[in-house]
Amino acid sequence: MIRAQQNVQVITLIIDGAPVGARTDETILDVAKQNNIFIPTLCHLEGLSVIGACRLCLVEVKGLNRLLPACVTRVQEGMEVTTISERLTRYRRWILELLFSERNHVCAVCVANGFCELQSLAEKLGMDHVRIPYRHPKFAVDATHDRFVSDNNRCILCGRCVRVCGEVEGAHTLDFMGRGILSRVVSDLDQPWGESVTCTRCSKCVQVCPTGAIMEKGRTFAEKFERRGFLPYLTTMREEQS
Amino acid sequence: MRKHGFSPHSLIEALHSVQDTFGYIDREALIFVSGSLRLPLSKVYGVATFYHYFTLKPQGKHTCVICTGTACYIKGVPALLDSLQAQYGVTLGETTADGELSVLSARCVGACGLAPVAVIDGHVAGKLTPESLLKRLEEVIHHELHHQS
Amino acid sequence: MSFTTNLEDLIHVRERVQTELAGRKHRIHVCVAAGCLSSGSADVLAALKKTIQERGLESTCLVKGVGCMGPCAGGPLVCIEPEGIYYAQVQPSDAEEIVEKLDREPVARLQMSTDEPFFTRQKKIVLENCGRIDPEEIDDYIAAKGYHALYKTLATMTPSEVIAEVVKSGLRGRGGAGYPTGLKWTTVAKTGKQQKYVICNADEGDPGAFMDRSILESDPHRVLEGMAIAAYAVGADQGYIYIRAEYPLAIERLRKAIKQAEQGTFLGKNIMGTTFSFHVELRLGAGAYVCGEETALIASIEGGRGTPRPRPPYPAESGLFGRSTLINNVETLANIAPIIRYGGEWYSQIGTAQSKGTKVFALAGKVKNTGLIEVPMGATLKEIIFDIGGGIPDGKKLKAVQTGGPTGGCIPEDKIDMPVDYESLAQVGSIMGSGGMIVIDETSSMVDVARYFMEFSVSESCGKCVPCRVGTSQMHDILSRVLKGEATEHDLAILEELCDVIKNTSLCGLGQSAPNPVLSTLRYFRKEYESYLRPAEQAAANNHGGVQ
Repeated sequence: MIRAQQNVQVITLIIDGAPVGARTDETILDVAKQNNIFIPTLCHLEGLSVIGACRLCLVEVKGLNRLLPACVTRVQEGMEVTTISERLTRYRRWILELLFSERNHVCAVCVANGFCELQSLAEKLGMDHVRIPYRHPKFAVDATHDRFVSDNNRCILCGRCVRVCGEVEGAHTLDFMGRGILSRVVSDLDQPWGESVTCTRCSKCVQVCPTGAIMEKGRTFAEKFERRGFLPYLTTMREEQS
Repeated sequence: MRKHGFSPHSLIEALHSVQDTFGYIDREALIFVSGSLRLPLSKVYGVATFYHYFTLKPQGKHTCVICTGTACYIKGVPALLDSLQAQYGVTLGETTADGELSVLSARCVGACGLAPVAVIDGHVAGKLTPESLLKRLEEVIHHELHHQS
Repeated sequence: MSFTTNLEDLIHVRERVQTELAGRKHRIHVCVAAGCLSSGSADVLAALKKTIQERGLESTCLVKGVGCMGPCAGGPLVCIEPEGIYYAQVQPSDAEEIVEKLDREPVARLQMSTDEPFFTRQKKIVLENCGRIDPEEIDDYIAAKGYHALYKTLATMTPSEVIAEVVKSGLRGRGGAGYPTGLKWTTVAKTGKQQKYVICNADEGDPGAFMDRSILESDPHRVLEGMAIAAYAVGADQGYIYIRAEYPLAIERLRKAIKQAEQGTFLGKNIMGTTFSFHVELRLGAGAYVCGEETALIASIEGGRGTPRPRPPYPAESGLFGRSTLINNVETLANIAPIIRYGGEWYSQIGTAQSKGTKVFALAGKVKNTGLIEVPMGATLKEIIFDIGGGIPDGKKLKAVQTGGPTGGCIPEDKIDMPVDYESLAQVGSIMGSGGMIVIDETSSMVDVARYFMEFSVSESCGKCVPCRVGTSQMHDILSRVLKGEATEHDLAILEELCDVIKNTSLCGLGQSAPNPVLSTLRYFRKEYESYLRPAEQAAANNHGGVQ
């Protein structure tokens, strides 16, 4: 979610060869979505702040050597964006492969099978095998909470749960700990979730998780169910209040 | 924390104070800092565990920080680590069973002209060989014990 | 410490100090920077002071602690002025003999020759005061023309004139990226009248680099002066020095220097009696290399995890606390005072066409004269390593030079005649970085060196973006397998692909440059990689005839 600018202008830019109109306070991703142009994303979620972390939404911009993340980059007059190319496809597949190799993503036994954003992206981008060894880290499942289960084996560290808990619910029960490949999402002082003194049991983290890392108790294989209808209203609510 | 007006931005300074005073940062300290600065517990925990300087585990009586920077590595840190393992049975990040010695690592202490370097109880020791390192450590540990008796 | 507000006062202090010094027949300087201190120089200083006292020579001989003189491997170092005699590896027991021989021939067994290129071929601008002044005495700094540039700035120049000089100088950021400093200042100044900040990046996370540490320990006021001039130029009134916690001596010296500067009205409210105010505070790092990256540094000062943010927006537009922020490296700021004193034109005459001025290098590894050196941009690797550095010890051969820190590249021995400047280094697949230069001889395995650097990147990756977090770890695993003899040609191909992915898709400079050591060693030492492969693979590789 990008805050509105002052002095917003309407401009034209080119995406994949076609001219589109846009406002200067919009990002490339915003404009692409409006025009039904697909750009893959994982860490982005309408209603939450943008962090540009997953790098799936990288696009090519004419005149620049480096790739830019569509979720964060604002449009400019005359910008020429390419959202799909051999190079971008290659990089996107690699990012997915890196994710699959990082932790233990086994669709066959997962609650999110069929509802998983990681899985659907893999399908869509044609990733059907992983060229690097799986790391097989060992994570315990935390089922101490009375309503939810947290399974780090399925986490892709997208940070949506941290952001929704901190920015929307305001409880900030969840955050990242550690660094690099050893990072993890924890509740409070890395305590069993059931012992958390700050968790309000609102289930927003469950709703925003793209994979099966956070789920409702009582749901089993391929039974993930989300209630994400509330998120777009947040943007409107925030803007109207500010 | 008072010096910084209890500003949430002073979290890292606060954690430094805790560690300088107690040698490490324990749960009570984390909860105290979190309450005083009005920051969420998970945020404080996330910051304390992000930075390698902070430790949540009590340290041994004596600390030996081995520099694992490039110059020191080229000049033979692996040999130093092997000798520590052989003599004390500990490697980087571990404390001896008797609590006397903790072996830690630092990415570079900036004394590259004297590689390989270790910082023993706050004092920089350079141009180390496995023999000179062990000798220094023995001196430090036994000086303490001798002092006490 | 006297209260000074104008040029007459500054000159007065300078003259006073110089008269005092001239009145002494001998000045004995003992290095008390971290390197020599660890070899016991504090005891040497005490012993010399005691000996002078015992012999009643205080009125003719001044003994003082000074900053880094450069040849750190020879510490503890003592210098006798005005004769310019250098003594190396001095022990407290040598004090008697040194004092005894003050008016006669020097103590031969301790003496270090100053005819050597290490002393004659350097050009010291940034390090001009290091080893000459007492870093804990502001008067020493003033006597060496310290704070004169600040006076000139406030009394005779407008902010845009200051920026013009910096632009003219061609100074580029010395932290590693080499971004034109004048341009950065211009951008921040242009954001108009609002709350702004100046941050000095003293995180110096590169292992093998200790330039910034030496500058801060040996000449801290220089950095403060540079910050104040920068703040005036861009319109900031608050500054922070973000310094890593692993530099306790530098932190202590800075704290002292800030206090002294405030007392002398060189910092704080109404500097030197003008309407310009600028306060400087220290902020400590806590062991995170990634916090040397500008946006991660900002996140850290704000009290959070040091994870970088996508740029744009750049700190000049939206930085600390969301405000316009100027971030400069220690060495960059250390160049500002002389640029103001002598002019940007003077500075631009030194160095090469695209890389102006001098650069401080931390020469370390398998080289005789390890320590701190400063040479004009464009000096060749050969000059630096063989002339100034004294060559490789133990009769070994040079194999490679690693520049730019853990995310720089390895330059092979056959490129020894190349000039050292931003462009040339980029062309051979390395970077200038902050100035760390590690000399590697024939006994090191380049694959192991690459693995060591990848281990560093794995450990220091902040974990936010996928390619760096997972990619570096996968690359490290492949390199470990190579070293164990368990890898195949296919693994090398994957390694190269990962280099490309990580380099081009990572969020920040750490990830974008993490593959550099692997890329450069694959480029120049591919045969060495292949020699580790399983025998069948080796044969296959040989059959390909080295076609990549």
